[in-house]
Amino acid sequence: MIRAIGKTCMRAMLAALLADCSGWQSALDAHGPSAVSLKQLIIVIVVVCSLVWMLVMTTMIVALLRRREVRPATPSPHRMTVAVTGAVVATVLIIGTFTVISFLATHALGVAGQDDLTIRVRGLQWWWGFEYIGPNPSDRFETANEIHIPVGRNVRLKLEGLDVIHSFWVPSLAGKQDLVPGRSNELTIRADNPGVYRGQCAEFCGMQHAHMALLVIAQSQDDFDRWSNAQRQAARQPAEEELAAGLQTFLAKPCAGCHTIRGTAATGKTGPDLTHVGSRRTIAAGLFETTRGSLAAWIADPQTIKPGNNMPMVPLTPDELRTVSAYLASLK
Amino acid sequence: MSRPATTPGTRDIELQRTGLTSALAETWKTPSGLWGALATVDHKIIGRRYILTAFVFLALGGVLAALMRIQLALPEARLIGPDRYNQIFTMHGANMMFLFAVPVMEAVAVYFVPLMVGTRNIAFPRLNAFSYWIYLAGGAMLWIAFALDMGPDVGWFAYVPLSGPQYGAGKRADIWAQMITFTEISALAVAVELVVTIFKQRAPGMTLNRIPVFVWAILVTSFLVIMAMPAIVVASTSLILDRLVGTHFYNPAEGGDVLLWQHLFWFFGHPEVYIIFLPAAGMVSTLIEPFARRPAFGYLALVMALIATGILAFGLWVHHMFVAGLPRLGDSFFTASSMAIAMPAGIQVFCWLATLWDGTPDFKTPLLFIIGFIVTFVIGGLTGVMVASVPFDTQVHDTYFVVAHFHYVLIGGAVFPLLGAIHYWFPKLTGRMMSERLGQWSFWLIFAGFNATFFPMHILGLQGMPRRIYTYQPDLPWHGLNLFVSLSAIVLAAGFLLFFINAIRSARSGEVATDNPWNAPTLEWATTSPPPSYNFAMIPVVGGLQPLWENRDALSVADGLRTDRRELLVTTLAEAEPQAREASPQHSIWPLWAAIATTIMLIWSIFSPWAVVWGAIPVAITLIGWFWPKGTPEDES
Amino acid sequence: MKRMTGVLLGLATALAGCQREERQLRLDPPIADALDRIALMPNGISGAPPDVYFALGKPYEVNAYNLSQGKRLYSWFGCKACHGDGQGGIGPSFLDGWWYYGPEMVSIFASIRDGRPHGMPAYRDKMTTDQIWQLAGYVQAIGSYEGKTAAPSRNDEKQTRPAENRAPAKLLFDEGPIPVHADQGPTP
Repeated sequence: MIRAIGKTCMRAMLAALLADCSGWQSALDAHGPSAVSLKQLIIVIVVVCSLVWMLVMTTMIVALLRRREVRPATPSPHRMTVAVTGAVVATVLIIGTFTVISFLATHALGVAGQDDLTIRVRGLQWWWGFEYIGPNPSDRFETANEIHIPVGRNVRLKLEGLDVIHSFWVPSLAGKQDLVPGRSNELTIRADNPGVYRGQCAEFCGMQHAHMALLVIAQSQDDFDRWSNAQRQAARQPAEEELAAGLQTFLAKPCAGCHTIRGTAATGKTGPDLTHVGSRRTIAAGLFETTRGSLAAWIADPQTIKPGNNMPMVPLTPDELRTVSAYLASLK
Repeated sequence: MSRPATTPGTRDIELQRTGLTSALAETWKTPSGLWGALATVDHKIIGRRYILTAFVFLALGGVLAALMRIQLALPEARLIGPDRYNQIFTMHGANMMFLFAVPVMEAVAVYFVPLMVGTRNIAFPRLNAFSYWIYLAGGAMLWIAFALDMGPDVGWFAYVPLSGPQYGAGKRADIWAQMITFTEISALAVAVELVVTIFKQRAPGMTLNRIPVFVWAILVTSFLVIMAMPAIVVASTSLILDRLVGTHFYNPAEGGDVLLWQHLFWFFGHPEVYIIFLPAAGMVSTLIEPFARRPAFGYLALVMALIATGILAFGLWVHHMFVAGLPRLGDSFFTASSMAIAMPAGIQVFCWLATLWDGTPDFKTPLLFIIGFIVTFVIGGLTGVMVASVPFDTQVHDTYFVVAHFHYVLIGGAVFPLLGAIHYWFPKLTGRMMSERLGQWSFWLIFAGFNATFFPMHILGLQGMPRRIYTYQPDLPWHGLNLFVSLSAIVLAAGFLLFFINAIRSARSGEVATDNPWNAPTLEWATTSPPPSYNFAMIPVVGGLQPLWENRDALSVADGLRTDRRELLVTTLAEAEPQAREASPQHSIWPLWAAIATTIMLIWSIFSPWAVVWGAIPVAITLIGWFWPKGTPEDES
Repeated sequence: MKRMTGVLLGLATALAGCQREERQLRLDPPIADALDRIALMPNGISGAPPDVYFALGKPYEVNAYNLSQGKRLYSWFGCKACHGDGQGGIGPSFLDGWWYYGPEMVSIFASIRDGRPHGMPAYRDKMTTDQIWQLAGYVQAIGSYEGKTAAPSRNDEKQTRPAENRAPAKLLFDEGPIPVHADQGPTP
């Protein structure tokens, strides 16, 4: 049994080690200029430091195991002093070099210009609110937990902490930046390849810090325009009976008190915007893939799935649950 | 006051050896029984108690770590819920940092510094007793709160606004903040005693350049404690005020600042890790001499490196805040200073390597721990250089990479030397040797288990795993490594268990030790194992850095101290020339009463601000009792 | 004997601490359902909470987590629009010592759940039972004369009155020369 466990985890670890250069929330799987230059810096520093460590270890092993002739009464200090001084000088040079290349890399983490795509990021316990800001007020729209960005363009994120400190981190695209209440921080990200990149809150923010993920989906400019136009639209009126019943339930029950679905009477502001929840890949900040079943499971018992989060367990009959989840899944 | 054993005014030179030792034993003894245990001011008894208590907290913290690793072994595990897990990791961090790491270093110093400088007791012995009781009270309060589901759950660093009045419901964060007050009072008290002991109570002839490196390390550490602790006392007090009374220190809407907390906390928090590391570096410099069988290379460099580390430690704190949104230019300054502190650490490593190179290694357990220390601490120091870089840090801050880094420097850099030092000093502490076989086994288990547990965390961090999460999703590629880490933690735990077994068994039935079983050079080995209550029958006089190697047969001594009352020798700061005979306090129950009164006041103040007013009255009464003049005449000569 | 009393006393205080700090994250649906079945007096003032309320140990009055959740709900559901920070506005004040329907938890729960004449809306369909109880506990805490240990402290926002744990009702209650409510009896 122990051997089996050992084999499994050896295999898993090997797989993890070999796969460590890919992975969809990995600093080593860089897809944007920020992340790429950070990855290069990481590799350079890690390689140099590994060499230093090996040198120190070799010295130590030789020091411990070397054969010594009959030793003189007093050790020879002069040669040793030269060696130690040499080591100190080498350390100074290495550290100086690291400081300089770090400083230069810091410059690369620049901030985007005024006319780039701007998204206001609101960090709340324990989800992400996003507001796309355009030049016209009618271009604005809100979404939650998932953003789409056009490939190859700088995206300026204005980070606002609304309750406690959170941290926006999508390692494949850029380093992290905190959302601090009372401060306005900014972060620039840019994706050079289309794809789906996962991020996660990286500052302990309370009970469900572990489940505060987000997705950044980089698309071609055309796809992005299509997506944002669709997002700007209000929710489509439900034609089918089941979906209409679902909307009625949504409005009659506490759902509308916290959530907004544009185009309906639901204008609650304290929970995530659900106007196009069906179009998002995950729900509950990266917890489940969006399907009708997972929506139903989430609505039925959010406190077992994500204990401590601010969505209460609303008692619904099976019919109500069925229709509401169908309706929400249809909000694409 | 007990009847003196000899006629009043008897000096030690007037008695023969057996008469001398029995007279001194009578004068310096601690009464037996519960009263003696509660009222003792003997630094050795208090120091041993301190070490034991700190190791109990280490074991408790280790249990918490084991729980965390079990929970994280599998994705979306349901063993421990988020609320309990948040309390566990907060307790693990706070316990290890405040109740184990700093106190154990101070405890070893409390026991050994007076012996290494050749004096009879630590300075301010009653304050020493008080500091132990306060430490015990603070630790007990924290753990009892945890047992009652009231343990703090805001991280060991308790960032506002999460720990603030709006988002930190209940009294959990207040327990944390007040535990800080307890442990900081205790640490400050010990730091003050150590500084005075080292400056003014050294044996005659122990000039500044003959002070053992460990004692220098403790001196620098004590200054760090004195200058860094006030920052966190300010921070935790203002947090309690915000939560209890409604002040606005950290409320941006009313002019406060969320980042103020981080600045205050880390201004303490960074020197804190050097408070933990520097004594360990001093221990390495001490242990390396008998086990390389030669004096440490580069005394001046080692001492200067310690001092430089201490000074530089105050200029690094913003490296914990690189992603908080501070101006980049300022951040880069802290990159430079954080990298610069690798310099003195590197100098020390080179000096130790030089010592090993020219020495004849004796591969006993303490040396194994030193070797383990060099291997792991260098890794930790190098990853420290990595996270010191702002851009590097933007990817690894608050990930398992940082968890790996600080465990490498704290366990590798502080716990390994500590374990080696415990093996080394065990005969002096208990009069018995630890088992060499168990020692070697425990070393290898700990070394292998530690590296297998924490090295993969570097990879996990780079793969995107954040810190302080109670679980993770199955679609992330972390479960293999997490399972491996959790299984390796079993090996690490086994190693520590073996260490504890070794210590407990050896204390009872280990091989009886001679005065100087390791043939070590420093003064604590010039007396019996364990030392008598008066430490040295006559105060030694020191002529070099390795007194017991320079004078293999007999040490010169200074005479003239009285035997009928507790006296120790005060010497000048730089040249250690005898200056005065100082009376040292008898055992006293007042430190315990003062600690109880202070504990009541501090715990009450979690619940009501009036506690500071009304609770001050019993504190004042006990302090008056403590300081009431005893009427003993001071000898002026 | 003395030692036993001491130990028991210690345990009692400790367990009292337990009750204050416990975090009930999920109310079982049957219990939530039972908590909805209050027995209200015919005039809508006071009554009896369901038995399960006492079986749980009156969690919404002495539990710090519930009270802080109630405080969150107070701002999330727009109570400030009419009641201000508790000092009233369009709606009545909670801090003037006068409770139209009595200060008992049941009455406050009923007010929030079913609404009251002259403009208090019913929140039965906007909040769950657990949330309404939490909010009721908080509203009662605003007007409480003793600063309970479990009462929440200030929020991270602009301050207009002392926080609930400092018993603002006691600090702010000042009837003045003319009673606020003509039909109000002698000062409590």
